[in-house]
Amino acid sequence: MGRVPRVHTTIDGVVYQDEVEPRLLLIHYLRDRLGKVGTPIGCDTSNCGACTVHVDGLSVKSCSMLAVQADGCAITTIEGLAPDGGHPVQRAFADCHALQCGYCTPGMVMAAVDLLRENPDPSEAEIREGLEGNLCRCTGYVNIVRAVRAAAEEMGAPGARIHPAPEAAVLPGGVPGAESAAHASAPAGGGTGR
Amino acid sequence: MTATPDAAERVPEIGRARRRKEDARLLTGRTRWTDNLDPAGVLHVAFVRSPLAHGAIRSVDVSGALARPGVVAAFSGADLAAEQGSLPCAWPVTADIVLPDHPPMAVEEVRYVGEAVACVVARDRYAAADALEAVEVDYEPLPAVVDMAAALAEGAPLVHADKGTNRSFVWPFESGDIAAAVDGAEVVLRRRYRQQRLIPAAMEPRAVVCAPEGEGFTLWSSTQVPHILRVMLAMVTGIPEHLIRVVAPDVGGGFGSKLQVTAEEVLALLLARRLDRPVKWTESRTEGFQTTHHGRDQVQDVTIAADRDGRLRGLKVDLLADMGAYLMLITPGIPILGAFMFPGIYKMDAYAFSCTGVFTTKVPTDAYRGAGRPEATFAIERIMDELAAELGMDPLELRRRNWIRHEEFPYTGVGGLTYDSGDYERATARAVELFGYEELRAEQARRREAGDPVQLGIGISTYTEMCGLAPSRVLGELSYAAGGWEHASVRMLPTGKVEVVTGSTPHGQGHATAWSQIVADRLGVPFEDVRVLSGDTQVGPRGMDTYGSRSLVVGGTAVVRACERVVDKARRLAAHLLEADVGDVEFTDGAFAVRGTPEPSVGIQAVALAAFAAHDLPEGVEPSLDSDAAFDPDNFSFPHGTHLCAVEVDTETGRVSVRSYVAVDDVGKVVNPLIVEGQVHGGLAQGIAQALYEEAVHDAEGNLLTSTMADYLLPSSADLPDFVTDRTETPATGNPLGAKGVGEAGTIASTPAVVNAVVDALRPYGVADVEMPCKPERVWRALWDAAARNGGAR
Ligand code: FES
Ligand code: FES
Repeated sequence: MGRVPRVHTTIDGVVYQDEVEPRLLLIHYLRDRLGKVGTPIGCDTSNCGACTVHVDGLSVKSCSMLAVQADGCAITTIEGLAPDGGHPVQRAFADCHALQCGYCTPGMVMAAVDLLRENPDPSEAEIREGLEGNLCRCTGYVNIVRAVRAAAEEMGAPGARIHPAPEAAVLPGGVPGAESAAHASAPAGGGTGR
Repeated sequence: MTATPDAAERVPEIGRARRRKEDARLLTGRTRWTDNLDPAGVLHVAFVRSPLAHGAIRSVDVSGALARPGVVAAFSGADLAAEQGSLPCAWPVTADIVLPDHPPMAVEEVRYVGEAVACVVARDRYAAADALEAVEVDYEPLPAVVDMAAALAEGAPLVHADKGTNRSFVWPFESGDIAAAVDGAEVVLRRRYRQQRLIPAAMEPRAVVCAPEGEGFTLWSSTQVPHILRVMLAMVTGIPEHLIRVVAPDVGGGFGSKLQVTAEEVLALLLARRLDRPVKWTESRTEGFQTTHHGRDQVQDVTIAADRDGRLRGLKVDLLADMGAYLMLITPGIPILGAFMFPGIYKMDAYAFSCTGVFTTKVPTDAYRGAGRPEATFAIERIMDELAAELGMDPLELRRRNWIRHEEFPYTGVGGLTYDSGDYERATARAVELFGYEELRAEQARRREAGDPVQLGIGISTYTEMCGLAPSRVLGELSYAAGGWEHASVRMLPTGKVEVVTGSTPHGQGHATAWSQIVADRLGVPFEDVRVLSGDTQVGPRGMDTYGSRSLVVGGTAVVRACERVVDKARRLAAHLLEADVGDVEFTDGAFAVRGTPEPSVGIQAVALAAFAAHDLPEGVEPSLDSDAAFDPDNFSFPHGTHLCAVEVDTETGRVSVRSYVAVDDVGKVVNPLIVEGQVHGGLAQGIAQALYEEAVHDAEGNLLTSTMADYLLPSSADLPDFVTDRTETPATGNPLGAKGVGEAGTIASTPAVVNAVVDALRPYGVADVEMPCKPERVWRALWDAAARNGGAR
């Protein structure tokens, strides 16, 4: 096999030095070698985005990169994004119910953080396009879009507000046909068809 | 031992948009997915899978794999033949059903691409995968059977030669005089609709870990049904049930695809026993698309009979349902779940249904979100639009003339079900208002008039569904092997905190939050003081798990019942502590007090401590404050609603884009509106995706051409619109929560709304149908075919 490459990385603030097989994917290095299992795997064709992490600050699908390619890099995963899950994007995801099973969530959050770095004040359509590489089978994306918008505002973007449902929204009880507020956010227009 | 109740008014938890308890761990990567588990010494399993849709196995030689580095063991199907048994089918829908053997690893014949023929067990996943190529399998190719009609033709090659037929069963149902209804009708329409095969594609791939522990085995699986799985594992392998513990840790979505007893689960258990080591298997996505069961796949021949004024006379449905190569857990039952739903929300004189289950050399079908009911709803809602077009009537008006009016509930329909409650008028009125129906119709007329190359189409779906699976008595009548009850335990700990054990195992539905809200209200304790446990047969041995929009309706009701029993028990102890008569003690907002004299009182959390200490218990009251309850509903629940969809169709390119989508659903009383809205959104995405994007495609040799996420078009954020959602609230009458279920509503309602909209846009061009998914190419072809029919190019 020849010489075994070494990788030297900083991951979520911890320094690692390891010998790895040249073909080892970064995601498998994280999960199988380091036990950093907060970042999951959803596909084998780099389509789903579940494995998204930041490499030197930019979002990367960690299944599409070899561990050796990360040599010398600083990597942030969902586990190290913010102490106690306190990043505005994480908080907005909880507030807007932007996750159900949560399997896409680590990748979705990391992709959204990178999206907001590039475009701190994205429109709904820009969010939808920006997150196109991250698939979610549970939410239908509406609440993910809301969450990213809400996080943008919390982080200082000036755009129009999209309000999450109020915490104590008590529904009128027992009245047949009682209506809650219709939840329509920004006008539709993201549907691009295929 | 007395406490003053909090003077502040308690805000009811039920109905409140509580943020989810689950989210903190899911948002920080502290989740327990099955693939995260690595017991010490764990071995990795990889499978050699058939490259052929159909073939006889001449020989399997695993010796080459055994010589590879890191490989610990390798087995063929024949090696395990004596112990592997046959995968179960729990729903033999007819007495004479053809039910073939289904060995977890094929022994004599392979019948779909991806079927396991051998396995390699190694020290890491790369070593296991590497060694697969060293297993030699010699096949004799046999003819693939891909198309259902061809499968039923005289002389067709057989999927199971020993059975002599590709027909698994014929299941008929008839109500009223269908011949008279059709013969006497002024208008009779016949249509054929195709429900394409879909891949459920939960984001978390399937995974299983099994470890020998103590005298028995613990099996962790990414499953929706740990309780059913445990029973079935015992029955299939002969390992005694009490020695098997099944755990569903965090599960990353299911949508029916994890309502299954799989080959890999059975084999993990057998390998752990053989090797006396923990073993682990996680599917790759391609492996998953090829081998995790698919959904839908029906050909529907539908006949509707009506009078010229639109009154429905009868409906006749003949289904071919593709079973795939084998009958898995509830494969044959899926189309039967739909059998009762074809008449939808409409009144008519007669209904006839027949379903033929057909074997093909493809991966089996089974439950996928909606399971039989989306197929039925699609057929009736599509043909209602066709009937409206035939009669020159607004499709909403046709529906109004036929639906059950709100004052007619409870109503027993021609499908034999008794709908307990509903208000179709109200939901429709609200949807029409939010959608701007009249304005859009006016715009549509303008664009038609102007010959706009981009046409506007409006689609309607007024649906109901049967949820809350299910009354055990009905399941028994339908030949299902188990019941439909659910179980809950509620235990108050000495410090007043509450543990709830639910038999309904979540995988994204937010049970921990919603159940906490129910318990907080029923016991008058803080929401934060409740913890919900699930998905472990050792923690909660009784349960029927999560599917069929049943969790809240059946499982939530079990929680309510268990809480009532806890309160009853606490009341006796409280009366004793208050030195009062039990009959005089009232329970409000978590505190017991003597009727008419608000003080002194005793809080239920203090009663829990007294019950634990047990220093002074009244006669007949046992220590500790806890209770169990099971609930078995008398009837199904019937969510309903009206969905309206506007699409723009580019007649030059065939491209469809959803311009607006309004969903007004009536799911009864709501525990958490945030969760309910999320369920609707996710359901809509899957239903719209069936209409526009998704299809499992096989070639003539039975190869799955859409075996990766690059080929199978799961919609991304850029492919879907925003949704406008609202609710009406007509409480269900069959459970104390008034809940109807919401997990499948969006999926069931939305597919026909979208396709109706596409066809509506193109009707002036002579297009009367577009087969799903309505991809640009199909739309474009439909336009050209119509133009050719009408004599001339467009
Ligand atoms: S695991 Fe799917 S993109 Fe990386
Ligand atoms: S929350 Fe389940 S896949 Fe996104």
